[in-house]
Amino acid sequence: MAENARIRITDAGRGRSRSMSPQRWGALIGGGALAIYGITRRSPLGIALATGGGSVALLAATRKPSPESSASATILINSTPQEVYQFWRDFENLPRFMNRLETVSKLNDRRSRWVALGPGGKPIRWDAEIINERENEHISWHSLADSDIQVDGRVDFRSAPAGRGTLIDVHIEYSPSLGTGNTLANFLNKGANFIMRQDLRRLEAMIEAGEIPTIEGQSHGRRDFLTGVMRVADPTRPIPVRSNLKDTFAARRRMA
Amino acid sequence: MKAVCYMGVEKMSVETVPDPTILNPRDAIVKISSTCICGSDLHLYDGFVPTMEQGDIMGHEFMGEVVEVGAGLKPDKLKIGDRVVVPFTIACGNCFFCKKQLWSLCNNSNPNYWMAEEMMGFSPSGLFGYTHMMGGYAGGQAQYARVPFADVGPIKVPEGIPDEKAIFLSDIFPTGYFGAVMADIEPGDTVAVWGCGPVAQFSIRSCFMLGAERVIAIDRFDYRLRMAQAGGAETINYEEVDDVVQTLKDMTGNIGPDRCIDAVGMEAHDHGLMYMIDRAKQKARIELDRPVVLRQAIQACRKGGTVSVPGVYAGFIDKVPMGAFMNKGLTMRAGQTHMMRYMKPLLDKVEKGEFDPSFVISHRVPIDRAPEMYKIFRDKKENCTKVVLDPWADGAHAA
Ligand SMILES: NC(=O)c1ccc[n+]([C@@H]2O[C@H](COP(=O)([O-])OP(=O)(O)OC[C@H]3O[C@@H](n4cnc5c(N)ncnc54)[C@H](O)[C@@H]3O)[C@@H](O)[C@H]2O)c1
Ligand SMILES: [Zn+2]
Ligand SMILES: [Zn+2]
Repeated sequence: MAENARIRITDAGRGRSRSMSPQRWGALIGGGALAIYGITRRSPLGIALATGGGSVALLAATRKPSPESSASATILINSTPQEVYQFWRDFENLPRFMNRLETVSKLNDRRSRWVALGPGGKPIRWDAEIINERENEHISWHSLADSDIQVDGRVDFRSAPAGRGTLIDVHIEYSPSLGTGNTLANFLNKGANFIMRQDLRRLEAMIEAGEIPTIEGQSHGRRDFLTGVMRVADPTRPIPVRSNLKDTFAARRRMA
Repeated sequence: MKAVCYMGVEKMSVETVPDPTILNPRDAIVKISSTCICGSDLHLYDGFVPTMEQGDIMGHEFMGEVVEVGAGLKPDKLKIGDRVVVPFTIACGNCFFCKKQLWSLCNNSNPNYWMAEEMMGFSPSGLFGYTHMMGGYAGGQAQYARVPFADVGPIKVPEGIPDEKAIFLSDIFPTGYFGAVMADIEPGDTVAVWGCGPVAQFSIRSCFMLGAERVIAIDRFDYRLRMAQAGGAETINYEEVDDVVQTLKDMTGNIGPDRCIDAVGMEAHDHGLMYMIDRAKQKARIELDRPVVLRQAIQACRKGGTVSVPGVYAGFIDKVPMGAFMNKGLTMRAGQTHMMRYMKPLLDKVEKGEFDPSFVISHRVPIDRAPEMYKIFRDKKENCTKVVLDPWADGAHAA
């Protein structure tokens, strides 16, 4: 494991000079996992791993993004294409499993207004229009002019072989327009594929189990400071990284 | 409420923490009447499973009374007042894995799926009180616990059955049984069981239930070996023989045990150079687990036999004789127990009076004594086999 850890740190370093978002994301997860791993160790090595890992994660998260990007993910859900299609087609359902989406409100059958949570809790808005759809199979949409962000999205639903449910493929391309570009991409680029995979996991849980598993808000005993570092490094948590590190730690630590 | 919290390696503490609340529609809150310390908890206590955090509530073997239910629970499944045993694996009941009865592999019960995915490729189900990688759920060494998907796991216990006969349905009785099931026992088989801890004790007895002719149990603590003998096993004290593998060959007409069960896991103990190296690597976290027993089991197993691994491993191991495993045509099976397959049939056995699981209990103590009991259980002092904690007894006196 220690060997593993070393490899991850070097990888992260290399990613930094190449400025490719997958590497950056790798560093973030690697860093996060490292921090978590380190924290469980009460040895000097452990603390070194924890602080080292945590800062790799922070570095990765704050690095300048590329101007344009995309994300894809796929998941197999134990349900029919009809059910999943209908759930998705009502875009107002999306924030229920997409952690970083605040709200989607229907403007009419084809148009909707989206609000996502940017860094510092700053909202990012865009209007989207469905440009193509086939019932139980496909939906694609794009954002309209004077949105904060350009988004093209599409999702396909296919029956999996042998009655194993529905295969869902999602692909999103986005390019931030001037002005909000940096912050936006900054938050989206935090491993867009990874974030989308987590979103789809939550969708799977919602559809199959009727609820998304959680431990947020459960009881626990006294936490320590290092745990706060770990909370910041955890890339699945929706709290945006604020400029004030201390507040961020405090906010993360309040959560289980 | 009172809860046993992990405060660092070899540091447990009974803390006062907020009572649990319903967080999801299919949650229930259970007021705990009995709860235990498990061999699996020792791996956390010793700091060998990554992603524990200070303040985590321990424990995954508990039972009690339902005192609150979420809006998503149907009264015919579970209602306030029901007395239940809660399995340590958390399962949604509706995913691909649950539908296949692979309950401990549920896809939807680990909120920290990605952490386990990092280490294992995919995540198994969430577990109570067993690291953030496995979900980070608050455990059951406490006065109350929140039970997610409470319409799938918990099983109702008839009033006539006292806690001590029902509590082990939460883990070790089904786990011991699962160890024997995974071994593919055929009538007439000889089974070697490494370890004589509580899991192994149930495995030994389950092997006979499943038709084994002979069981050979291996450990170094006499009091545990005697308990194995009481269950019908022949025993080897591995400290008194030169070579466990040779001894097993000698005891089986040089053919080897047909089935081998590793009921020890990642903290196996041994002598010699290899063990020293493993220990050092484990301390440096280069190797997470010490695979002493796994090595022996693969070597000793008869050709074409089965190695069953209910003992818990967390990470990486070195020098496992893959060549022997492959060329001898062995089968290996492992896993956290698919609890919901076995709880009901085993409860029936208890109810009919065919089997009394309470024989493994050596200590019944108030929860306040949990921290010292971790140490006593880990060091196998005071002839300790199984510790049952009473969350409500006050005072520091032993039972
Ligand atoms: N698969 C599951 O779902 C599951 C569930 C519960 C427990 N477990 C695991 O089962 C294992 C046993 O649990 P337990 O509660 O009985 O623990 P325990 O600590 O009481 O028992 C372990 C026993 O193994 C013996 N041992 C150590 N090294 C040995 C060796 N080289 N050869 C033979 N024996 C050796 C010890 O002396 C001890 O008696 C643990 O790894 C635990 O995590 C698995
Ligand atoms: Zn257990
Ligand atoms: Zn499931």
